[in-house]
Amino acid sequence: MHELAVCQALIEQVKLVAHEQHAHRVVEINIDIGPLSGVEAQLLEQAFSIASAGTVADGARLISKTTPVRVNCRSCGQVTDALPTRLICANCGDWQTRVVSGDELLLTTVEVSRNIPTETPPGITEH
Amino acid sequence: MCDTCGCNVTHGNAHLLQPGGKLERTDSGHESVSVLRNLLAENDHTAGHNRQHFDRHGVLAINLMSSPGSGKTALLEATIDALGKELAIAVIEGDLETENDAERIRRHGVKAIQITTGSACHLDAHMVHDALHRLDLGQLDIVFIENVGNLVCPASFDLGQHHNVTLLSVPEGDDKPAKYPVMFRSADLVLLSKSDLLPVLDDFQPSNARRHLQALASSAPIIEISSKTGAGMDAWLHWLLEETAALEHRIGAIDPTTATSMPAP
Ligand SMILES: Nc1nc2c(ncn2[C@@H]2O[C@H](COP(=O)(O)OP(=O)(O)OP(=O)(O)O)[C@@H](O)[C@H]2O)c(=O)[nH]1
Ligand SMILES: [Mg+2]
Ligand SMILES: [Zn+2]
Ligand SMILES: [Zn+2]
Repeated sequence: MHELAVCQALIEQVKLVAHEQHAHRVVEINIDIGPLSGVEAQLLEQAFSIASAGTVADGARLISKTTPVRVNCRSCGQVTDALPTRLICANCGDWQTRVVSGDELLLTTVEVSRNIPTETPPGITEH
Repeated sequence: MCDTCGCNVTHGNAHLLQPGGKLERTDSGHESVSVLRNLLAENDHTAGHNRQHFDRHGVLAINLMSSPGSGKTALLEATIDALGKELAIAVIEGDLETENDAERIRRHGVKAIQITTGSACHLDAHMVHDALHRLDLGQLDIVFIENVGNLVCPASFDLGQHHNVTLLSVPEGDDKPAKYPVMFRSADLVLLSKSDLLPVLDDFQPSNARRHLQALASSAPIIEISSKTGAGMDAWLHWLLEETAALEHRIGAIDPTTATSMPAP
C-alpha cells in the first residue's frame, strides 16, 4: 500500500506549511486526487489517521476532491470527459488523446490556526 | 549527500525548494494557506536529480515494472548475455526481501545493487539515489532498475529513469492493461513476456492487449518476447540500442556546460 508513503509525504508538506505559518494546529487539509494518479483517496484517508498521530496535523480534517478525467483529442482538438480505462475522444472516437485532468495528486490548501493572533502577517488578505 | 553535483537533497532542506504559501483568512477565523504542490514533489525532485546523474554520464536508465514473476530478472539475464560484451550494464534490484535477484544478475558478470524495501511495495527516487552513488556511472552505458513486482504502487513514483518498460506475461491474461491503467499508461514499451506459452494459453490474444493499451491512449510499442526461447529478443535489443544512441545524441546536442540543467520531465 503506497498510500502510506504518499500520506507521509503529504504530512511532511503540511508540517512545513504549519511551521512557516507559526501555526500550532492544522484544522483542515484539502487535496485533489485524480482517478489516474494511482492513489486511492479512501486508503489515503485511512493512512492519514495513523500517519498524522502526534504531528501538528493530528486531528485535522482531510478533504479529498476527486478530479474529473478529461482528455484533449489530437485529431479534432476537443476536450471531452473520459473514463480512467477509456481515454478515447468522446467527440470523434480517436484514441490519440492527452490527459488534461484526472492524474493530479495535489495539496491545494492547508487551513491552520495560530496561538496568538498578533499583527497581520505579510501576504494576508483581509475580508 | 551527493558529492557528484553538490545538490544535497535531504528531508531537512527540501523546504528550500518550495515557494511560500499564500494566506487567506477563513470564515472560522483560521488561515487558509494555498499551496498547490504535488504530494510527491520531493520524490519528483530527487528523480530529476537522478536523471541529471544519468544524463551527465550518458547512461540510459530503464525502469522495469510488472507483476511478481512476470520474468523481469530472466529478461535481464538474457539481455546481459546478449549485450554484455557490447555495452557496460549494471542493475539496481528492488525487492521486499532477499538478495536472490541481485545474485542471479551477478552470476552473469554484471554489477548488481540490491535494495530491500522491507514493507514498501515500490522503489522511490531516494532509494535509487542511494544505489546510484554505489555505481561508477562513468563506466556504464545502461542501468536497469528492476522495480518491486507489483502492478499498482511503482507506477506513482518517478525514479529518474529515461523509460518505463512494463512486462505483461502471457499467463496473466491480455486484459491487464484495462485493469491497471495507471501502470500501463506510464509504459514507454510493453513486453508481452513468456511468449513461448502463447500456443498453450491460447486465450491470450496479443491483439486484445494492444486494443486495451490503445483505449488508454498509449502508443507504446509492443514486443512479444521469450527469455526462454530467445524469440523477440532481437526487437528488444534493437530498441535498447536505438534508445542508447538517441540518448547519446540528446546529450551530445547539449552544451556540456549546461548539461547540468534539469531535463524536462
Ligand atoms: N516459459 C517461460 N518462463 C519464464 C520466462 N521468463 C521467466 N520465466 C519463469 O518465470 C518465473 C519468474 O521469473 P523471474 O525472472 O524471476 O520473474 P520476476 O519478474 O523477476 O519476479 P519478481 O522479481 O519476483 O517479481 C521463473 O520460474 C522463470 O523461469 C519465459 O520467457 N518463458
Ligand atoms: Mg525479479
Ligand atoms: Zn476527437
Ligand atoms: Zn546525487
